[in-house]
Amino acid sequence: MATSSTTVKGASPSSDSRSFLSRLASGDEIARLITFLFAATVVLITVMLVWQLWTNSALPRHKFGLRFLFTEVWDPIADEYGALPFMYGTLVTSVVALIIAMPLGIGAAIFLAELAPPRLSDTLEFFIDLLAAVPSVIYGLLGFLVVVPLMRTVIYPALNKSFGFLPIFKGPSYGVGFLTAGIVLAMMVIPYIISVSREVLLSVPRDQREAALALGSTRWESTWKVVVPFAKTGIFGSIFLALARALGETMAVTMVIGNTPKIAASLFSSGYSIAAVIANEFTEATGDLYLQSLIELGLVLFLMTFILNGLARLLIIVTTKRGSGMSNV
Amino acid sequence: MNARLRWRKFVSNFMLAMTGVCALVSVGVLFTILGYLLFNGGTSINWDFFTKLPKPVGETGGGMANAIVGSAKLLLAASLLGVPIGFFGGIYLAEFSGSVTASIVRYAADLLNGVPSIVIGIFAYSIVVLPFKHFSTIAGAFALGIMMIPITLRNTEEFLKSVPRNLREGAMALGASKSKTIVSVVVPAAYRGILTAILLALARVAGETAPLLFTALGNSYWSNGWTQPTASLPVMIFNYAVSPYEDWHRQAWAAGLVLLGLILIINIVARTILSRGIAVPRS
Repeated sequence: MATSSTTVKGASPSSDSRSFLSRLASGDEIARLITFLFAATVVLITVMLVWQLWTNSALPRHKFGLRFLFTEVWDPIADEYGALPFMYGTLVTSVVALIIAMPLGIGAAIFLAELAPPRLSDTLEFFIDLLAAVPSVIYGLLGFLVVVPLMRTVIYPALNKSFGFLPIFKGPSYGVGFLTAGIVLAMMVIPYIISVSREVLLSVPRDQREAALALGSTRWESTWKVVVPFAKTGIFGSIFLALARALGETMAVTMVIGNTPKIAASLFSSGYSIAAVIANEFTEATGDLYLQSLIELGLVLFLMTFILNGLARLLIIVTTKRGSGMSNV
Repeated sequence: MNARLRWRKFVSNFMLAMTGVCALVSVGVLFTILGYLLFNGGTSINWDFFTKLPKPVGETGGGMANAIVGSAKLLLAASLLGVPIGFFGGIYLAEFSGSVTASIVRYAADLLNGVPSIVIGIFAYSIVVLPFKHFSTIAGAFALGIMMIPITLRNTEEFLKSVPRNLREGAMALGASKSKTIVSVVVPAAYRGILTAILLALARVAGETAPLLFTALGNSYWSNGWTQPTASLPVMIFNYAVSPYEDWHRQAWAAGLVLLGLILIINIVARTILSRGIAVPRS
């Protein structure tokens, strides 16, 4: 009794705190506080994630410094670790994936946004969304048991025969390697390119197309020279998004890249990626330096995807804003 | 019609046809995957697969009952972590927050959404596995739950924001407090969208393998309780596929079919039946 009377006395002079009390009584302030705690958890988890990656990789950061990024040696027995072969593998497979996925994805997005009737476009988009939902281990399963034998027996020999003079198609082929990983990754990222590019293309104002057609351009010319350039930044955004996915992809790559830490010019060569080495060696890492070097690899991967995702989001926002802004005019 | 115009028309038709081919190839990938899984998995799926434990190397037969139960346990515990944080956090973003706090929370969620799943695994390892000194179901569920948070959060926010203003004002005009309005008007109006988003988040983490490799680890037997390593379908697929045994490949195909079937069914149900008439989230 005594406590309640003091709170009322203390609160009465200012109307602000009385409204605070009434909000408290109606539960608004409590609801606000509870939901705030949950929202704050999200920030806390993110901060903790970065913090854990940073502190748990202190040993190799102090021992190797920046040399970690430029050393080719990965020798758990001599306790010497360098990230270069893994960064190389991650980049090469992702670039190969993009070279395959970009034309296919953008082409399909153009078909969905410009050519297909709305019903067909929506149906195909539904399938594309389902494709994006296929888990990576399924791609890995197919990659390992179907694509790898196919590459070994058919595609590698054919490429070697016709383009063998190029250094990227030289050497013996075992079916696993950069090219196989790139192809499997390409299948995985195509849905992301299509979904985002289609949306960006659809946001291009109709007048742009009509103006080009009125000037006498063919359907393709209006698409390729007017609509696509208009949506260019957003399409780049979708590609960056796909690249970030490809860089961080673990299972599918682990199963088809061959898992040998080396740098080779030939795409037929087996290699290793950052995510794959973490997946394979984390549980068997003996010694703190070994484990922490793997965690530092995780930190490197995190930073790479962090930068790419940021760029992608920026580009997509810029384009869709410009598109919708223009159509309002 | 002069030659130049004819050429331009030809290029136009050819390129437009090529975009159609691109779309066909992309969608074809889905049906190729489904075809292989149905063909290879369908022939090796049987009752034992759902009811028996894995057999040791060399003995044929056996099933993945422990992995199916393990996956279910992981998903249940992951939802218990991810859904409340995402849901209530989403309510905060849509209803209560100021613009500065909102953009900080949103930024954190987007960042979390972009983190590669293997890095989430490292995080779960250092937060849950290291302090308790052993791999556990809880650690795997922690990793999956964290992956569910950003998807649930952002979609809850979007769907709450899309509830028309006059619904809220109607409730307020009747004298309802803000929290009362949210509980009895806004959330019920948006629940189908939110449920869709939660189901899609669940479907997405159901297939995640990388974060489980060094958190839930794997187990050839039943996992008792929540503090022991557990088998899960995705990790089983990985281990069985890369093994050199024909019989294990057969089982991997069967497990792949079960997992993908489950994920596609959740997706189709969420995208067609549950979300009829509302924009489906994409992530």
